[in-house]
Amino acid sequence: MKKLLTATLALGLLGAFTLPAQATPQEDLEKFQSYYYKRFPDTPKGDFINGVYSIDAASREQWESIEEFPPYELNISKGEKLFNTPFKNGKTYADCFENGGIGIAHRYPFFDTNGGEIITLELAINRCRQANGEKPLKYKKGAIADIGAYMKYTSRGETINIVIPDDPAALAAYELGKKVFFAKRGQMNMSCADCHIHNAGNLIRADKLSPGLGQPTHFPVYRSKWGGMGTLHRRYTGCNKQVRAKPYKAQSPEYRALEYYHTYMSNGLESNGPGARK
Amino acid sequence: MQHTAKSISKKVMTISAVSAIAAFINLSPALAEEKAATAVEKGKAVSVDRKKGNCLACHAMDDGALPGNIGPPLVSMKLRYPDKAKLRDQIWDATKRNPNSIMPPFGRHKMLSEEEIDNITDYIYTL
Ligand code: HEC
Ligand code: HEC
Repeated sequence: MKKLLTATLALGLLGAFTLPAQATPQEDLEKFQSYYYKRFPDTPKGDFINGVYSIDAASREQWESIEEFPPYELNISKGEKLFNTPFKNGKTYADCFENGGIGIAHRYPFFDTNGGEIITLELAINRCRQANGEKPLKYKKGAIADIGAYMKYTSRGETINIVIPDDPAALAAYELGKKVFFAKRGQMNMSCADCHIHNAGNLIRADKLSPGLGQPTHFPVYRSKWGGMGTLHRRYTGCNKQVRAKPYKAQSPEYRALEYYHTYMSNGLESNGPGARK
Repeated sequence: MQHTAKSISKKVMTISAVSAIAAFINLSPALAEEKAATAVEKGKAVSVDRKKGNCLACHAMDDGALPGNIGPPLVSMKLRYPDKAKLRDQIWDATKRNPNSIMPPFGRHKMLSEEEIDNITDYIYTL
């Protein structure tokens, strides 16, 4: 009894966010979102899609002026051109996607109950290529990010509503993603949650840490640090590396699961990709 | 077997005792002070080095520019840690006191050498 009491006391001291061992995705979601709403009461709920700028008035103005002449505009038009260029067999990307690929990118990632796996937008793009006898594209930057930027652009304003189907494999994939988000890893022993839940809004050196809520809504992203576009898995790779953790491969089961959990947590928010970041 | 181990450890003891005495005899007070001063300087250099301690990522500290605010400011350390070993412990492995700590376990994960941690402790203790 005493042991139990001490344990709960210690947990209580860790701060406002603790995960119950057994919770449905819906319960996780409510807890996740309400945590940020309480932590940042001045941020309108729909504004979390703007990442760190939703909580940092100081840098917001500069970012808004960048968004007036967005650095990703060229990438959108390159993506559009690639999207509409027929494969050698005469077919196009439009033939692979629902609604010809327009206004549907926000539905990714989803769990495909037939194949028993998570399908991300980038994976779907490459599967489309391979089904048409083309070589797959590299996953973190370049053409795949441009095509993704175009497809996401046509989905702007749509509401994110990732569904976890009633299938044990889907729930297992969700749980894996959640585990990846909360696992301390690497030489520096840090988790995504350490920075983007427990310390969201705090400064790590001169960088303000963005809330985990709303992070995936605006990907792919043009980063001035990259000098170009990158996919969400490119960003995951960077965040893992900076704590000296071995990144998973882009489109590995771990990163796909992470994206599934991470995007599900942003359900109800607007899809607003592509974005611009420093 | 046991006998050999014993005699080896005895030898090691003697050697280290001898060198300790030698060091004790050799170090004039002025020299000892100088050594302490360089330890503090070295500690400061390692603690601000982004590839080493990078303590400023999370702590306001001394005259360090653009500190983060994830951890508490490092001030009045002598007062707060009468037992210097406890301060060293916190740097060596912050998860001992708070299993969920975001502070990297610098010693346990071998991010810094034992000597570097000694020097940082000496430096932080002056704040
Ligand atoms: C050491 C702290 C730290 C850890 C650990 C960390 N990140 Fe980050 N992350 C940052 C910083 C700093 C930025 C850039 C500023 C910002 O937008 O938060 C960032 C940015 C991001 C972004 C881009 C946000 C945007 O609006 O474009 C995403 C997505 C992200 N992190 C996800 C993750 C995930 C997932 C993990 C775990 C695999 C993780 N991070 C681990 C510090 C961290
Ligand atoms: C990524 C963030 C981070 C880094 C880097 C970091 N710390 Fe910390 N530190 C913390 C946090 C958070 C605490 C609060 C206690 C806890 O959670 O462990 C803390 C606590 C401390 C304490 C105890 C303070 C007190 O008031 O009792 C000391 C001393 C300390 N850190 C020293 C250091 C030194 C020295 C370094 C660099 C070698 C360092 N820290 C690097 C985050 C960090």
